[in-house]
Amino acid sequence: MPVLELQGITKHFGAIHALTGVDMSLEPGEALGLMGDNGAGKSTLVKIIAGNFPPTGGEIRIDGQPVQFSKPVEAREKGIEIVYQDLALCNNLTAAANVFLGREIKSGIGPIRWLNHAAMVKRAGQLFAELKSETRPRHLVRQMSGGQRQAVAIARTRLSNPKIVLMDEPTAAISVRQVAEVLDLIRRLREHGIGVVLISHRMPDVFAVCDRVMVMRRGRKVADKMIKDSSPEEVTGLITGAIHGG
Amino acid sequence: MAVETHVSVGQEAASLADAGLDTREKSLLERTFGNQAFWVTVALAVICGVMSYWEPVFATEDNFFNITRNFAFIGVMALGMTPVIITGGIDLSVGSTMGLVAIVCGLVLLKQPIDYMPDWWNAATWTHSWWMAVMLGLLAGALVGWVNGVLIAFVGLPPFVVTLGMLSAVRSLAVILSQNRMLYAFRPDQAATFKQIGGGENFGMALVGGFRLSNPFLILVILTLALGLVLKMSSWGRHILAIGGNEQAANLTGVPVKRVKVGAYVLCSLSAALAAILSVGWSGSANNSLGQSYELLAIASAVIGGANLMGGEGTAYGAFIGSALIFVIRNSLLMAGVDSNWQGLFVGAFIVLAVVLEKVRGRRRE
Ligand SMILES: Nc1ncnc2c1ncn2[C@@H]1O[C@H](COP(=O)(O)OP(=O)(O)OP(=O)(O)O)[C@@H](O)[C@H]1O
Ligand SMILES: [Mg+2]
Repeated sequence: MPVLELQGITKHFGAIHALTGVDMSLEPGEALGLMGDNGAGKSTLVKIIAGNFPPTGGEIRIDGQPVQFSKPVEAREKGIEIVYQDLALCNNLTAAANVFLGREIKSGIGPIRWLNHAAMVKRAGQLFAELKSETRPRHLVRQMSGGQRQAVAIARTRLSNPKIVLMDEPTAAISVRQVAEVLDLIRRLREHGIGVVLISHRMPDVFAVCDRVMVMRRGRKVADKMIKDSSPEEVTGLITGAIHGG
Repeated sequence: MAVETHVSVGQEAASLADAGLDTREKSLLERTFGNQAFWVTVALAVICGVMSYWEPVFATEDNFFNITRNFAFIGVMALGMTPVIITGGIDLSVGSTMGLVAIVCGLVLLKQPIDYMPDWWNAATWTHSWWMAVMLGLLAGALVGWVNGVLIAFVGLPPFVVTLGMLSAVRSLAVILSQNRMLYAFRPDQAATFKQIGGGENFGMALVGGFRLSNPFLILVILTLALGLVLKMSSWGRHILAIGGNEQAANLTGVPVKRVKVGAYVLCSLSAALAAILSVGWSGSANNSLGQSYELLAIASAVIGGANLMGGEGTAYGAFIGSALIFVIRNSLLMAGVDSNWQGLFVGAFIVLAVVLEKVRGRRRE
């Protein structure tokens, strides 16, 4: 049974029709590449799944159960983690503080609880090490490179045991070495039975780790193919509109 | 920078490998020199040094007692203002809130019956007790802050507009409730206890060596430590900073942004209420004009101490030392024989200077 199903998802921002009747399904342990030109509606689609805003129409099902999220935390509670395209980081806080924002580790006596800085720094350090990232837990995000910031955003998704991880261009700003680490992470997530949606403009990344590729164009799904039955040339054609999907 | 500077070292496994690559780890020295509160402390020490040399009266125990008490009221408000400023907001209504709370306390303590209150209220004794004055005063403050917070966080109105409106509305309320009188004919027994809170010293205890510190100043010191701890050690404090850094991101990661913001405004008004309670106790009378233009001093104190009006930065110690600097400068100008009408000019110049310094530091950081 698919862990995630979308049926007829539509999203209007005023007069802008960002999404029109998008269907999608994701199996546990499957990696789905989501591709499309700028403004195709990829980010809008994953933000709807992550509970950022409700769809104008259509249905979302998790493990076959229809769900409606009114805020991101509700999606997270259902096992959905997301790396936002703009990363959603607070520049004035440290890497560790950002990783744990909204779910801080606390210790305390009875009802009096305080932040356990040491535990958060330690865990964040482990997560960065896992990602082979040169990111120091106690550094301010303001002073970090694009790749380090991305590591912080990705590390967040590793705090829980999610069912679905949505990644909106996680490899946009990082070095070749770190791209390899992120792709490795996606493979590991798959092995653990986690469904992954990878938004990327980088064809090699999608062809390296994804089982399936879905192409969007002007808010509509134009193709949904197994990677093994497709080719980079075909997907490029679908993205630009040179080839019409069927 | 209150956050995350002195976290105990749990492990370094992740970063040891590339320790040589990274030069961004700041030394304690660098951090200190980049810290506005540190420079304000230096400035304060210099001014105090110069003044003690030129004006022997400045260094007397009495003058110390007076200055520390005088800046305590603004200091307490600056502490409350700090979390609001960190979230990127502002509260212009704290001065008026002081006026309202002063009148509420005054009315409770008043000897004569109040025409617009029911007979049972005027007749009973518990309704006129000192603790009733304190409780109702704090309640009135909390209410103002709650209205501010709800209009800003839930309705989504700009903090400047909401609290500017409140500045006018609350002051007007204070005038109406007091029927535009000054209240000073208090019930002697209850008023004595009440006055002891704001007017007393050493919390009523005898200190070794007969050293004297006013209650308001002691309260300021305790609250400074408390706020410092809350900002650094509680998730509320962490969330306040996150909201100021990137409200959208805080919201997406599950920070209860609206609730946290309401909390900040309630706390801010409560600090103004406390300052009013102490002030009425100290002066022994309640005037509906209490706190006029104090919002400016409270904001100035926080900003001079390093709080960033754009949000994301601010410390409890900064608010404390900022208010100290303003009052020491005022006191020094008075002693140097400068006409008190010039004080506003100096305070204004310091606010602008503080913001300029912040800009310079910000540019260096980028
Ligand atoms: N909050 C919003 N309000 C109004 N319009 C929006 C909003 N978010 C997205 N849009 C519009 O919806 C359309 C799809 O945007 P979206 O961000 O989903 O594209 P994308 O496929 O992620 O593009 P990119 O590859 O550039 O990230 C665009 O036309 C965009 O302008
Ligand atoms: Mg996008």
